[in-house]
Amino acid sequence: MRDSIQKKLRVGWFSFSCCEDSTILFTELLNEHYKEWLPRIEFCSAIVLQKKSEIKNLDVAFIEGAITSKKQEEQLLLIRKEAKKLVAIGACACVGMPSMQRNLFPEELKKEIEELIIRFQYAERVKKVSDVVPVDANVPGCPMDEKVFVSVLDTYLKEFGIVG
Amino acid sequence: MHTLDLTIADISKIEGKASCDIKVREGNVEEVKFTIAEYKRFYTQAIRGKDVVALPQLTARICGTCSNAHLLCAIKAVENALKLQPTLQTILLRKLLNFGLIIRDHGLHLYVFVLPDIFGKDSILDFDVQNSLEHKYLDDTFAVKAAGNNLSIVVGGRSVHAPFATVGGFTRLPLHEELQKSLAELQATRPRILDLIKLFFEKDTTLIIDDLDFAAVVDSEYSFLYGNLIRSDGESVDSEKYGEYLEHVVIPYSHASGYRFDGNVYMVGALARLNLAKQYLHPKTKESTKKYLEVFPSKNIFHNNLAQAIEILHAVDSSIDILKNLRVLPEKPLPIKRQEGTGIGVIEAPRGALYYKLEVDASGKIKTGRIVVPTGQNQISIEGSIRKFLEKNIANIDSKEKIEYEVERIVRAYDPCMSCASHFLKIHWK
Repeated sequence: MRDSIQKKLRVGWFSFSCCEDSTILFTELLNEHYKEWLPRIEFCSAIVLQKKSEIKNLDVAFIEGAITSKKQEEQLLLIRKEAKKLVAIGACACVGMPSMQRNLFPEELKKEIEELIIRFQYAERVKKVSDVVPVDANVPGCPMDEKVFVSVLDTYLKEFGIVG
Repeated sequence: MHTLDLTIADISKIEGKASCDIKVREGNVEEVKFTIAEYKRFYTQAIRGKDVVALPQLTARICGTCSNAHLLCAIKAVENALKLQPTLQTILLRKLLNFGLIIRDHGLHLYVFVLPDIFGKDSILDFDVQNSLEHKYLDDTFAVKAAGNNLSIVVGGRSVHAPFATVGGFTRLPLHEELQKSLAELQATRPRILDLIKLFFEKDTTLIIDDLDFAAVVDSEYSFLYGNLIRSDGESVDSEKYGEYLEHVVIPYSHASGYRFDGNVYMVGALARLNLAKQYLHPKTKESTKKYLEVFPSKNIFHNNLAQAIEILHAVDSSIDILKNLRVLPEKPLPIKRQEGTGIGVIEAPRGALYYKLEVDASGKIKTGRIVVPTGQNQISIEGSIRKFLEKNIANIDSKEKIEYEVERIVRAYDPCMSCASHFLKIHWK
């Protein structure tokens, strides 16, 4: 379906700490839009859809989830370097919550989870995406607002000359 | 391969993040570590102090794909704690909401995650529209998923974190014409699902795991939401006792707890349900799948795929029956009286038994909660299946890529959900 000579929007879809509800909504949006999108979008990385992953020279990186560890932060910085546009998808990416809820735990609960935080090298605080890298657009909502997502995607399909 | 050190960092086409480390020396499989690599979001702690009415929508956020299963299981536990009996109409709408989830979620797994393996492709997106069979399955993928997705939207307001489902009922009721539209859409998908069942029956792989137990909560309607706990030995007990059989196992390299059932390695999910209760499937489903149902009970873990395909048909047939007869009457959610109590909710989520136990204080706040999810329960079995496969086949495989491919297929057969699993890790490492 996606093999064609037409110029395509090079896209990556990346999930960090979250419930991946927006990933699910995206796969459901394909139900209606696959005939329109697949000839126009090249998925360079989207682990939910394919093994192939090429995080290079992306037109748009969609980032779902909050940033919970140094390792995730480094990966996000790498993606930002390789993407002309970066879009925060869903509440955890845009504002941090609810994945950020441990930042607000009282001392007693923080103590309870301390050993896990150390053992698996979690960051001291959970961050939203814009705390780590510049964000070009936000698709808010828990899960993401589908209409806003389609509108952001349409904007980039035009901006990158994929559609007239 | 005689000697091998392999790390599969990101297993693809599953829900969430998992990895696997394999070590082989002189033909012996010395180490297999299947790791759930999702970072925790600490829901076990976060729910404490939350009001019972707010809880279901919060725990729905544990997982995007199983979201409505968490919602329905949490509502069931809360209603049990508050001694609230939902109306018949609410029960029917919840069944529809859950059938929509089963269709959508099994559809995502079978069409988007597994079908590319059957066709020798990396992705459903690589299916060739010039090839009539591939084109058909590409169209089927999105048509079947849409039917489930739309049913959940009509009943619950959204297929993920359904906003209308609440403690005591629904905050908005579906319109008759919306339900009729959904009915027509479901009826139209039936032939597509029959093709999917036939495909998995004929083309899927075999990996027999002999020493595996099964557990499922099933009623005579195979409703996913009610029933007794059925064990491999055929014994049937009250599902509220489910937690008593679960033995927590610390897996030090994983972000998630593992479990044994009554001391044994076991599996939950579609294969467990069909192995233990295929006689309760919808009569029309049984009639249409007679030949395929003969393979159950099965210890071939790849039959989980076939079982899911049959369950999609069961969910469609059961929904059609409800939709044909349902006349939705005006009804508000039942009034709630906050009180001290303990509530257990057990349902069959798409991937298997989901267990909630909530302790509620007199003001209706959660004191503590225990949540056990299907993938945590399958974690030990997944690792064991990978080991068994490698022990049997390692001498005949000559590339790391092939091993990686086969290991990913085994993991995928279990349809694990890492977002769910990673949030319930107890700390007992010392």
